[in-house]
Amino acid sequence: MTLTVYVAIYAGLLLFLFGCVRRIWQYARTPVHLRWELYPVPHEEPDRVAHGGSYFETSDWASKPRHANRIGELRVMIPEMLFLKGLWEFNRRLWVPSFLFHFGLYLLIGTAVLIAFGAGVPILVPSLASSSVWIFLAELYHVTAYAGAALSVLGALLLMSRRATDTELKNYTKPADFFNLLFFIVAFALVAAGYAVRSPGSAGLGELARGLLRFDSNVRVSGLFGVGLILSAALAAYVPFTHMAHFIAKYFTYHSVRWDDRPNVRGGSIEAAVAQYLTYRPTWSAEHVGADGKKSWVDIATTNPAQEVRK
Amino acid sequence: MNRHVDLRSMSQPQRDPLTHLANEDLMPLPRPLDGPEKDHPWTPLSQNAKDKYECGLDDTCALSLPQPKTPEEEKQLVAKFLSGLDKLFTKENNWTFLQPLLLTMEHCTGCQTCSDACHIFEASGRNELYRPTFRSEVLRRLYFKYGRGGGVLSAWQHGDIQLNWPLVARLIELSYRCNLCRRCAQTCPIGCDNGLVAHELRKLFSQEMGIHAKEVHDQGSMLQLKVGSSTGMNAAVVKDNIAFIDEDISEKTGIEVHTPWDVEGADVLLIHNAGEIMAWPENPGAFALVLNKAGISWTMSSELCGYDSINYGLWYDDSQFARVALKHAQAAQKLKVKKIVLGECGHAHKALSVIADRLLGGDLNIPRESSLTLLRDIVKSGRIKFDPSRNNFPVTLHDPCNVVRLMGVVEPQREIVRQLCPRFREMEPHGVNNYCCGGGSGFAIMSGHNFADWRFHVSGRKKMQQVLNAFSDCLAPEIPKYLCAPCSNCKGQFRDMLAYYGLWEQNRILYGGLVELIVNAMVEAKPGFIDWEWR
Repeated sequence: MTLTVYVAIYAGLLLFLFGCVRRIWQYARTPVHLRWELYPVPHEEPDRVAHGGSYFETSDWASKPRHANRIGELRVMIPEMLFLKGLWEFNRRLWVPSFLFHFGLYLLIGTAVLIAFGAGVPILVPSLASSSVWIFLAELYHVTAYAGAALSVLGALLLMSRRATDTELKNYTKPADFFNLLFFIVAFALVAAGYAVRSPGSAGLGELARGLLRFDSNVRVSGLFGVGLILSAALAAYVPFTHMAHFIAKYFTYHSVRWDDRPNVRGGSIEAAVAQYLTYRPTWSAEHVGADGKKSWVDIATTNPAQEVRK
Repeated sequence: MNRHVDLRSMSQPQRDPLTHLANEDLMPLPRPLDGPEKDHPWTPLSQNAKDKYECGLDDTCALSLPQPKTPEEEKQLVAKFLSGLDKLFTKENNWTFLQPLLLTMEHCTGCQTCSDACHIFEASGRNELYRPTFRSEVLRRLYFKYGRGGGVLSAWQHGDIQLNWPLVARLIELSYRCNLCRRCAQTCPIGCDNGLVAHELRKLFSQEMGIHAKEVHDQGSMLQLKVGSSTGMNAAVVKDNIAFIDEDISEKTGIEVHTPWDVEGADVLLIHNAGEIMAWPENPGAFALVLNKAGISWTMSSELCGYDSINYGLWYDDSQFARVALKHAQAAQKLKVKKIVLGECGHAHKALSVIADRLLGGDLNIPRESSLTLLRDIVKSGRIKFDPSRNNFPVTLHDPCNVVRLMGVVEPQREIVRQLCPRFREMEPHGVNNYCCGGGSGFAIMSGHNFADWRFHVSGRKKMQQVLNAFSDCLAPEIPKYLCAPCSNCKGQFRDMLAYYGLWEQNRILYGGLVELIVNAMVEAKPGFIDWEWR
């Protein structure tokens, strides 16, 4: 069981990373698109952010310096990431289950970080292992782990119940939506329950983490806890290959679409990129487009189908 | 009304509409339209239309799409749709919007947060067909099934759908039941964009299948590229009309007005929506007066498309969009102006300032600005004296989506009305959270069959509610009221909608632009520039 758990955790993490990198790469290599921003754009000047204004509110904006207001972005991003502010504002009913679920996940991620520190640092700095502060910090994960699992499972149960009962969601709910939520519920419930009822002498989280880092086969992992860990690792591997990877998508939808108000400047990188895209040869079939697979976008944009018809 | 339309019914072979709308099902309106009986009955689609065209979606028909005559023809159309679907997701064919489209296709969680933000969904009485995610879900399932390989696992994960001609025909019509205002996108926690989906579907139908609304293509962008303006006016006619307007405004205000044409090296090239010249001549006339009095170095252009800022390609076709944007930039380049200023036209603002920005490189990258910003600077500069008491009537301000939510020009117009209109009141919500007038994305100029009925009852309903609420304390006909809409298409929608509901005759709600309020308050001009006559 112990080696299976180790392999599952490492494989899960690797697949998670692979899936995330693949998805990031997929979006990052798409061409720079035409501007499609939505206001308010929070990196605008602070006096404009309040009403959602842009640099277009200033005459001769192109010749004036602009300062990116990164604090403004953080003011939107942090409450959105931590507290799902958008849902709070626009869909309060969904906010409760969604917040519980996501906040639970954050606690579990925090738990993993604490465990990694708690287990890993004393390996590198043995004197820390007996430090009371370190022991306290390292043991804090017990609280975050149980709280995280409980909140996530509760949130997922509530989300599942909404999917099952809300007729407005009927057209938009697929079997996988139930499966995904069930996957979270089962995996986290098993980890938490398995850990709580593990047999005396079997590994705790810290011991398991230390064993995992050293690939120590002498560590004993109890059955239910081990199954929960294997399922959780499978879940981690599964998420980046589904729409649940919206934690990645959200970076692009906000920074590359909604908030991308970068103007095209002469001799700039956008101009260079678009110049290349304009050499692409589209194959749209409608007659007025005039695409034949040989003409580039420049050729198409510089022809006038209305006047050609007249000839 | 059948509110709960199943997604699968999009494929049903019968040509019966999937839903019917009745006044009693719609979102209630405030006084004086409070009650379904005070609304107009819907004009039914004619039997001829039902027999000839694809009208299987709802009670109206936007595109007059002919019914295929044979199953073979249906198959060919479906094949063409599939080929367009494939192209929509390639960078060679759709580099312009590929990234946001992929993100929207692959990450919607189906939470329906966007639904409550959609004025069409709300006004329809929450009819499922008009839910912003409905058409997106159809496209999403088609994308995963035909664009990403499909299969049992994909159907389990992303949902299945049956592709046939009835589905494609309905989807074509459904892509014209969205104003592209993107209010839904503003609320999506993930950042998915159902407005973009409608936009991309329209592109697929136009660029691959040659299917588009004749008002925006044949009578819109094609006519503009042929003669210079979708109004049909060539340069000579426009110049004649402007000369007449100059004369008229000079007489009306007592201030000599002259519009300069083709002045090389002017600071500003002003491009109006040419519809203003035909329908609301006081608007370009007022612009000429204000710019001249403020001492602005400006000109208009008589180049092809240089005197008409419209760019309907924005709503349905990238190739048409690029061609017109290029013509606008070339007109400015030829005159060597310092910048282009767009008149009171929302979609023209966004088209040339924002969407075309990355298309215009090198010498064609001439700064583009909003006339609202320029007018604000003029009003605030003190170069012209104003008497706000001349505007002592209730005024409310409509925010064109393209100017506000999609371009971020929010305050300049407010600074003007706050200074010049003592009885200004906001609609709620306003600014970047505004609601579309209901005429956005071409609807204001689309009135085939009974489509105008749908426009008034459904897409314009939320805005009508806002207007009536803003004037709820002064609805009596003795008090003239001014609905300020600094956008030609919005004005077109308001003209039609206020007339339809008799709100000018019975409640004296007039609509008009922003610059008219400025001239109306000018001390130097004869009083009464706004003449309170319906047009």
